Amino acid sequence: MAKTKLKTGAQMVVDMLVDEGVEMLWGLTGGAVLPIFDALYQNRDRIQLIDTRHEQGAIHMAEGYAKATGKVGVCIATSGPGATNIVTGLTDAYMDSVPLVAITGQVPSPLIGTDAFQEADVVGITRSCTKHNFLVKNIQELPQIMRDAFFIARTGRPGPVLVDIPKDIAAASAEVPYPKHSTVPLSKLMPTADMSQIEKMAELIKHAKRPLIYAGGGVINAGASEALYKFARKTNIPVTLTLMGLGAYPAGDRQFIDMLGMHGSYRANMTLTHCDLLIAIGARFDDRVTGKLSGFSPNSKKIHIDVDPTSIGKNVKVDAHILGDMNTILAALAKQVGSQDYEEWYDQIDVWQKKHPLAYKQPANGPVKPQFAVDEIYRLTKGDAIITTEVGQHQMWAAQYYKFNKPRRWITSGGLGTMGFGFPAAIGAAFAFPDSTVIDIAGDGSFQMTMQELAIVKQYNLNVKIIILNNKFLGMVKQWQDLFFDKRYASTSIPVQPDFVKLAECYGIKGYRAETIEEVTEVLTEVFKSKEPCIVDIAVDVEEHVYPMVPAGGANTDMVLSKEHDQERVAAERAAARAKGGKK
Amino acid sequence: MRHTISVLVNNHSGVLSRVSNLFSARGYNIDSLVVGITDDPKVSRITIVVRGDERVIDQVEKQLNKLIDTIKVVDLTHDDFIARDLALIKVKAEPHTRSQVMEIVQCFDGKIVDVALKSFIIEVTGKESKINAMVELLKNYGILEMVRTGEVAISRGKKVHEETEKQVKVKAGKAGQSNL
Repeated sequence: MAKTKLKTGAQMVVDMLVDEGVEMLWGLTGGAVLPIFDALYQNRDRIQLIDTRHEQGAIHMAEGYAKATGKVGVCIATSGPGATNIVTGLTDAYMDSVPLVAITGQVPSPLIGTDAFQEADVVGITRSCTKHNFLVKNIQELPQIMRDAFFIARTGRPGPVLVDIPKDIAAASAEVPYPKHSTVPLSKLMPTADMSQIEKMAELIKHAKRPLIYAGGGVINAGASEALYKFARKTNIPVTLTLMGLGAYPAGDRQFIDMLGMHGSYRANMTLTHCDLLIAIGARFDDRVTGKLSGFSPNSKKIHIDVDPTSIGKNVKVDAHILGDMNTILAALAKQVGSQDYEEWYDQIDVWQKKHPLAYKQPANGPVKPQFAVDEIYRLTKGDAIITTEVGQHQMWAAQYYKFNKPRRWITSGGLGTMGFGFPAAIGAAFAFPDSTVIDIAGDGSFQMTMQELAIVKQYNLNVKIIILNNKFLGMVKQWQDLFFDKRYASTSIPVQPDFVKLAECYGIKGYRAETIEEVTEVLTEVFKSKEPCIVDIAVDVEEHVYPMVPAGGANTDMVLSKEHDQERVAAERAAARAKGGKK
Repeated sequence: MRHTISVLVNNHSGVLSRVSNLFSARGYNIDSLVVGITDDPKVSRITIVVRGDERVIDQVEKQLNKLIDTIKVVDLTHDDFIARDLALIKVKAEPHTRSQVMEIVQCFDGKIVDVALKSFIIEVTGKESKINAMVELLKNYGILEMVRTGEVAISRGKKVHEETEKQVKVKAGKAGQSNL
């Protein structure tokens, strides 16, 4: 864009958003941000603003949009409480590498530092939960800061960037040319791949008898799912995915061996533990994946392909690594490697799979198993829906039982584990893909954290289905209490709940309840026929646990596989404790 | 192991806080952190003395590099480098100990910059270990107050880190671009 006429700071913000390709943003207004909302209003034919009921809702919607599309999500809030309300979302986006630009109003420059009304040190507060942040001190630098913010948010390992704009700067006018480029060096954000490592990696792959690909959300962020598929299919190496990586490799493929980690499948964790070469791609060796580090894939050589230098060697030492654009790297690596049949290795993996497949028992007349509900959702949507989740047991069951064949259909809060994320994220995804069915597989506890955004699904008639797996408990914490705290249910029971059917109705959308397996099938069949929003409240078995489970601090092979198995484990532990006590 | 890390950063407000925040947020132990201007008014240099094993130092360097305002990170520990710490020490100097204190100051190449009836202020520069040694000796006479700058450091010889940084900046102008 060429040099333009006199414009307000607020107008510059809007112009830069439009120039960056932003079609919509989510926010909630207030005093300090008023000039920018005014400019957005005047430009409503160029960019759509969606008013949310809470700033946390706005930022999770922007995250949901970003995760579903790969584009930068944008949200806007006022100073003080508006800005502090998005801190959880910023941290969530930072942990899960979501490209995001958050704009906050700030009190007028002369008032900064005076404890003014609705003043908060927002750049100070958000310094450790953003990739970078800016306080605009001068209208002259505003367009460049906006350009830099988007460049930083989307380049390399994506992340949230916050721009704090004092009210007087948004209201002031100036003639400032709009910059075309960011001033931040590309090399700062995106390392150039050191291709000399490719040969070393190819050599390691060539000599491996029991290799495993362990891929994560970085593959999806890099848009490298196709490259991963080609590489894996060419080499015939089995693939496991992290929670964040689901969809990066087709779940229906014969080489796919499920999710790994704390609630990963038996075969995935056994394969991980016994492999002789582990190829980590766009994954960061999170503690939920590694379990106890000393027991983590102890006999393997390790290769790490990533975009973030700090991820290399942070938790686990690797034998070879390469940093840079994943598409380039995977394509180059695929050229250097051949195919092997790994017959014995696959046979062994099959043995593990037959021994303990992911499974549950649904009694014909008993309470609804949550896994059954997820299975039905999968069956009835034919795997084509966009699934978001809250955080807890329902999230893990969704991850285990809904099969994703394509990336960007699985939207969940992994790193931060933010309850209340899934519903607004579903709204963001629904705005991006109005023709898709978007399902928030929710827990009753999580949904109550952000359910005020029901007004938005009604207002825009979004095709969002909120399916609550309701056990009247904060189920995952209850599970830990069952296993490790002698069933003392401190603060996890939620005996008093809204009637979710009536809640839906009071917002003017449909509500359904299902208490038996027949009702589950019947209700789900009906709701997927329509394109309208609804809540489905499914009463599920309170006593159900997520298995397998690697107990915190345990190695991946310490998986607890079922309740019976856990009872054996507890009995053995008690016996050991008694024996130890006896010696004293 | 003790490492001396030199960091060139953009001279923006809030940069020091980004750097120090990184250390506290990730639980790294720092002995000292010194910030000052360079010959380029747009660039500041931060000298950090940090302790940790190889893995920690590797992370420190990478995390520092990841900050948008960081221009260059150099671990001087592996270079041949000069490190200096400056201390101002207010020490008791009674009539019967004055000459002994003055002798110590002389030995360590220090200066007496203020003389009061019963005390001196001593200025001394040098490697941290030298100042530590002097402080140990002066403790016998009674240190009333002390202030130290923490270590500043620079590598010996022709090697110039700021030069490299200027080249980087020229390149940056071309490389940074919008993806639109």
